[in-house]
This record gives sequence, structure tokens and C-alpha cells, in this order.
Amino acid sequence: MPERPPGVDVSVAQLAFDASPLFDSFRFRLEAGRWTCLLGPSGVGKTTLVRLIAGILEGASVTADDGRPLSGRIAWMAQGDLLLPWLSVLENVLLGHRLRGQRRSRPELAARARELLVRVGLGERLDALPHTLSGGMRQRVALVRTLMEERPVVLMDEPFSALDAVTRFRLQELAARLLARHTVLLVTHSPLEALRLGHRLWVMTGRPVRLREVRPPPAQPPRDVTDPALLRIEGELLRELAAGQEVAGWAPGAR
Amino acid sequence: MGAWRALTTALGLLLAWQLVVWASGAPPFILPGPLAVARALAARLTLILEHAAITAVEIVLGLIIGALLGSLSGLLLAAFRTARRWLLPLLVISQALPVFALAPLLVLWLGYGLASKVAMAVLIIYFPVTAAFFDGLRRTDPGWLELARVMNAGRHAVLWHIRVPAALPALASGLRVATSVAPIGAVVGEWVGSSAGLGFLMLHANARMQADLLFAALVVLAAMAVGLYFAVDRLLSRLVFWEPRDPGLGREDGA
Repeated sequence: MPERPPGVDVSVAQLAFDASPLFDSFRFRLEAGRWTCLLGPSGVGKTTLVRLIAGILEGASVTADDGRPLSGRIAWMAQGDLLLPWLSVLENVLLGHRLRGQRRSRPELAARARELLVRVGLGERLDALPHTLSGGMRQRVALVRTLMEERPVVLMDEPFSALDAVTRFRLQELAARLLARHTVLLVTHSPLEALRLGHRLWVMTGRPVRLREVRPPPAQPPRDVTDPALLRIEGELLRELAAGQEVAGWAPGAR
Repeated sequence: MGAWRALTTALGLLLAWQLVVWASGAPPFILPGPLAVARALAARLTLILEHAAITAVEIVLGLIIGALLGSLSGLLLAAFRTARRWLLPLLVISQALPVFALAPLLVLWLGYGLASKVAMAVLIIYFPVTAAFFDGLRRTDPGWLELARVMNAGRHAVLWHIRVPAALPALASGLRVATSVAPIGAVVGEWVGSSAGLGFLMLHANARMQADLLFAALVVLAAMAVGLYFAVDRLLSRLVFWEPRDPGLGREDGA
């Protein structure tokens, strides 16, 4: 990567979509060159936070700690794959370059895109149209499209949610390797995923939202998922998240 | 299966027609039976085809020009706020005027030849094409636009690479409507003032109580309209190759 990735500071004075504010004097930090993982129940505001940082939603002050503007240095992978149905897999993956009119270095780019698609198991489907792919395959295309942006800051909103367990496991490793030393925000529902990949872990709850930090095991990510310490924290986190959902009025069997 | 159904329907209609002729005892110059019409068609085939060729040219030219003008207007309306302010009210007004009332004026201005009929067809086609394309251009998936924004795409790139292709299915349905009404425009033009074409032939046949010739011309006109519709429909489904061939059916089963 040509440049050193910046840390990102987010602060939201107040943000409300209805009577009760979602964010109130909220501060959050993505450490430079690290993976920050965000856990929390559905609807708590994780996606909103990602959209604020990406600059899609107004209302937050988002700054890079190297003082330069963040525009043009962020890649965003949304919850939906957002593939364009009229473009092939390969063309979708190169969408950013197409939109910016960067056609000069096409051959190298296409070669790089092909290589990444092969590595996520889509080497045979380069010319396929998105509607012929399964949900998991589409998500892998979206992941490669995000990687192809080669931006120092990467925001991913549940990037592996549609994948089967084994593919998810492999792609977590691939993403961790390719995005090592990037500044990454990973939103996920899976405590195991967060514990495996995150340098820093935060659990988001409440309204207005609060953040609580969880200490991952000391090893460097991607961590060994058979580590008993990691599995113990996963169990605790699952219990905590489940308890949080009960408090929020949801319990199995009681709709 | 479809062909069998179409054949049954056609035979049923012909039978009903013949039944009405027998039951009403109408003389052939008021309501000729299917056999009389077939005889007239065979006897006057060269004459009918000569006139049909002229009408076909009017319809096809009108369709091409109307589709081009309509697409261009839809694009202008979507791309420029100024165009929206000035052109949109004009468009609505133009639709409030009945085309039949304009026909004599067009003949007066453009003469008895091809031009006035093409202009009629263009007038009648223009609005559905413009409206459908403009509507499609306004309804781009917001997720795609957000993605393009994070990718630092310019306004023109977004329009060309995302909004226009995303609006092609809408444009296609506008063009299907246009194709089905184009013959009306051309024939109305011929009706009001012309020296050739199926409308002219029918008007003359009518005046001379040659109902069988009138019906024969009508049959040819209907066959031309249906053939054109299916040809355009096939072309359009190739244009929007990523859309399922029969979206209505697909969604019913797969919801």
C-alpha cells in the first residue's frame, strides 16, 4: 500500500431520527492500521455509524488523524451486495475504476481482479451476471470489489453474513491478510468473527448508544479459533448479547 | 402450448364473427363474413400491400424518431433541473391536447405525404417514452448512488454508468407502449388527409361501401401491428438482457 493508513476520529454531537436520539455526545475512534470490530443487537445503530463514517449520512464530524481529508480514502462494503445487474462479475469488481474513468492501467487492474476472484473461489464465474449467482457468491464479489478499491480505510457492514461457515472462515483469513495494516471497521453479528479478526472490540447497546470495550485474547489476528480463551470470551459475549435482547423486549417463544 | 391457445382464440373469434353475420342477416356491404374478407384480401392483395408498405414506413419512421426524441428528453429532464422546470409543464400540456385535433393542422403544415403521418406517430409515441425513461432515471437504487459517491464518481459517470442502464427496463416498457400506439398515429394521419396508406384505402373503401376491402385492409394493419410489437419486444428483451424474461411470472413463484 502506497500510503500509511490514518486513524479515524468520529464524533456525533446529536443525531435523532425520531423523538429519542440515537447518538448523543458520541465519540468513536478507529485506530490507524488496525481492525476495529463492532458488535451489537440488530437495529442498535451500527449501520448508521458506518454510513456516517462513509460520508453517506450527514451529521457526524469524521476526521483523519493525519490532518488530510478522508474523501477518496475510504472503501465501503454495504450490507447488501449492491452489484449492478447488467455488469459481469469482473466488471462489477472494477466498478470504482470504471466510475472514475481510470482506464489507463486496465490490464494490470483486470489481472489483479481476476487473481482475487480466483482466490475467493469465483475464478470460473468471471463473466457471469450477478442474478445467476447465489447470495454468498454475490457477497464474495462485493468483497473483491471493496478490496480492488485499494483504499487505506475500509468499512465493512456484515461482509460475511451470507456465507456458509467454511467459506466464511476462509474469507475471514483472506480479508485479514489482504487488509492487514489497513484501518478497518468491521460490523458483525458474530462474536467469534469479531474475536478472530479484531484488534479492538466494541459492543454497542442502548439508546442513545453506548460502547463497551471487550478485550480480545492477546494473540495477533487472525486468531486461532480453537484457543480456549477466545472461546470463553465468545461464550460470555453471546450470553451478554442474548441478555441484552431480553431486556429489549425479545425472548425466544415470547413474541 | 401458446401457439395452440392463440390458434383456438383466433378460430373462436372467426366463428363468432360468422355467427353474428348469420344471426343478424346483415348484407355484405354492412358486415362481410370472414370468407368474403379472405376473398377480398386475395383478390386485392397487391393493392393492399402497396398501401400497407407506405403505412409501415410511416409507423417505423415515427417509432424510431419518437423513441429517439423521447429518450433524449427523458435524459435531459433527469440530468438538468432547468430542463425539468421548463420542459415538464410543456410535456403535460402537449398530452392534454387531443392528437386528433392536431391532425388536420399537421396535414396543413406538412402536406399530404409521409411527413405529416410520421409527425403524428412521433407525437403519440413521444410522451410514453419520455415519461417512462424519466421515471426510470429518477428511481435508481439509492444504494448504488451511495456506493458511487464513496467511490468518488462524478455526476456524469454516475448518470452514464449507473442511472441510465438502471433505467433501461423502464425505457423498454415505455417503448412497448409506444410500439402498440404507433399505428394509431399513422392511421389517424392518413384518415385526415392523404393519398396513400392503409388508412386512406380504408376510408375510400368505406365511402364506396366496399366493406370487405375495408376489413381486409384492417386485417393487414392488425397483423402488421402485432408483428411489429413482437419484433420490438424481442429486441428490447435483448437490450435489458439482465432482466428475467417474464418478470411477472418469476416473481409470483419465487416470492
